[in-house]
Parts: sequence; C-alpha cells; structure tokens
Amino acid sequence: MEAVLEAFLSHYNYGMAIILMMIGLYALIAKQNLVKKLIGLNIFQTAIFLFYISFADVEGGIAPIYLPEGMEAIYVNPLPHVLILTAIVVGVSVTAVGLSLIVRIYEEYGVIDEAGLLKMVKRR
Amino acid sequence: MNVKALLAVLLIGVILFWAVGDMPAFGDPQSPATRYTGKLYVDLALQDVGVENIVTAILASYRGFDTLGETVVIFTAGISVALLLRRGGRL
Amino acid sequence: MRENVVIRTISRISVPFIQVFALYVIVHGAVGAGGGFQGGVAFAASFILMFIAFGLSGVEKRLGKKWLMVYSIIGIAIYAGIGFLCLAAGGNYLEYGAIESAVGVAHLHGYLIDAVEMGIGITVMAVMVSIISDVMDRDGESP
Repeated sequence: MEAVLEAFLSHYNYGMAIILMMIGLYALIAKQNLVKKLIGLNIFQTAIFLFYISFADVEGGIAPIYLPEGMEAIYVNPLPHVLILTAIVVGVSVTAVGLSLIVRIYEEYGVIDEAGLLKMVKRR
Repeated sequence: MNVKALLAVLLIGVILFWAVGDMPAFGDPQSPATRYTGKLYVDLALQDVGVENIVTAILASYRGFDTLGETVVIFTAGISVALLLRRGGRL
Repeated sequence: MRENVVIRTISRISVPFIQVFALYVIVHGAVGAGGGFQGGVAFAASFILMFIAFGLSGVEKRLGKKWLMVYSIIGIAIYAGIGFLCLAAGGNYLEYGAIESAVGVAHLHGYLIDAVEMGIGITVMAVMVSIISDVMDRDGESP
C-alpha cells in the first residue's frame, strides 16, 4: 500500500495529463457538434502542454534565465518550454482556421453537426 | 453517451496508465531529459549565444530555422482565415 | 456599436499601457522573461480591447485593415532577411555568429536575436488582429 501511494504521488502529473487527454479524445470522437469537437481538440492540446511542462520541472529549480554572475542555481529543463511556446501559438492558429471552416460550413449547408452535414453533402 | 467511443478512449487510457510506471518521477533531477539534453543547453547557452534567457537562446538561435517555419505557419493560418471569411460574396 | 461611457473611458486609458507593456515584453526577450510570441499576442490584445470598446469599423479604418497582411509579411521578411545576411557574411543560414565576427561589434548576437524577436512579434500581432477582425466581421455591421 505504501509503495503504491508513493508511486502515485510521484507520478500524479502524468495521470492528470492522461485523464485530461481522455476527456478531450472522447469529445473529439463522440460529440456530434463540430464546435464541441473543436473544444475537445483544445482540451487534448492542453493535456499535451501540461504533460511536457510537467516533465520539464526539476525539484527546487527556477525559471531558465541566468542569474547574475556568481550566483548558483538549479534551472528547470528549458527545451520543453521552447517546444510548447511555439505549440501554443500554432494551437491558436489551428483553432482559428477550424472555427472559420465551421462558420463557412454553417453558411453553406445550414447545419453544424456531423450527421446532418453528411446528409446534406450526400443530397447534393 | 457513445459506448464505442467510451470503450476506445478507456482502452487508450489504460495503455497510457500502464506506461506511466516507466516514466521518471515528477521533479526528478536525474530524469534522462533533464540530465542530458537539458543540462547541455543550461551549461552551454551563455557561452554559445550570450543571451541570459535560455528559452530565447534556444528559440532564436539553436532552433532558429524551426521558429522561422513556425512564423510561416501562423502567417498561413492568417491567410487561410482571410480567404475563408473575407470573400466579398464570392465562393 | 458603441459601448457604455465607463467602458470606453477605461479602455482609452488602459490601451497605451498594454501596448507599452507588450513592447517591453518583446524587447526584453533576450535578458528576461519575454519574447516575440508573448509580446505580439499582448499587443494584439490591446487592439482586441479597442474592437470591443469602440466598435469594429472605426478601429479598422484607423488601423488600416488591408495593411495587416503587409505587416505580417514585413515581420517574416525581417526574420528571413537576417538569415540571408548571415549567408552573406559567410556563415550558415541563421548563424548569427558569422555576422558578429564579420562586423566585429561585441554583443551583436544579442541585438540580432532582439531583431528576430521583433519580426516574430510583428507577424504574430498582425495575424492575430487580422483573425479577430475577420471573425468579428460577421454581424452585418460593416460591409
């Protein structure tokens, strides 16, 4: 029991990221509304961001900016921060393009859910 | 409630939780990512690039080409939103 | 579409401060927490506040909507142009050290990174404002 609790407490960040990812993936697969699908995609993205940022952390580390000369410190791992900094901006762009595609679909077909869209496409 | 989707998502979740045991602990200074790659950047960034912010040093110098591509991706997204929504009655 | 006088006054007061802070974040990217992406988004946020408070059409007219894409191209051109300058100085693409050793100025490396961050910031700002104005421009308010 002690060992299981220890293992859970030292790895809980991965568990939280996986749970968030499962919520996003379920919304992405099961929801019919296209806007809700896009929200699911955003939740999925956020799970990936949290996963990367949490494994960059080091016990007692500070932000990766050099302190003045002569001061010693432990810095956290800077590489995941860089990857996620660019991924966040690309995520915003993907969301914008997806939302504008949904707006155009609604103007063209008058529907916003997946089944209705397939029906309208088949009818044409 | 979509049962098939729920089963698929739970299956993926179980597989990922199974893999969690092999990951380094939270905040472990000896984890492979921090000990090798991260330590390399922290040690070398000041003398290689001469910039105090290590994130900026990696973003603009070590991975400069990647960031250029990233900027082009954002520009492409702006162009496509403008093409989709700012069309003046055509399409 | 004009909002309440309280909202308009508060936005008029706070927009310059947001913009100065965004410029600080962009320029401060090399020595502290900051960078082009964050500062560009903060700069775009000030324009979004203006869109909300003063209505879309007036702000777009003063901003020059058709120039936004030109601004973003200018940002990318600054970034890529510095890369080509490095080629001209005899190094690899985006190898800032080549310019530093060719010109012979100390700490030029950091200034070049600042210029690159400025290019990123201009592109991100222009694209975000363009996206928001396109998405908002749907309720038949402006042609």
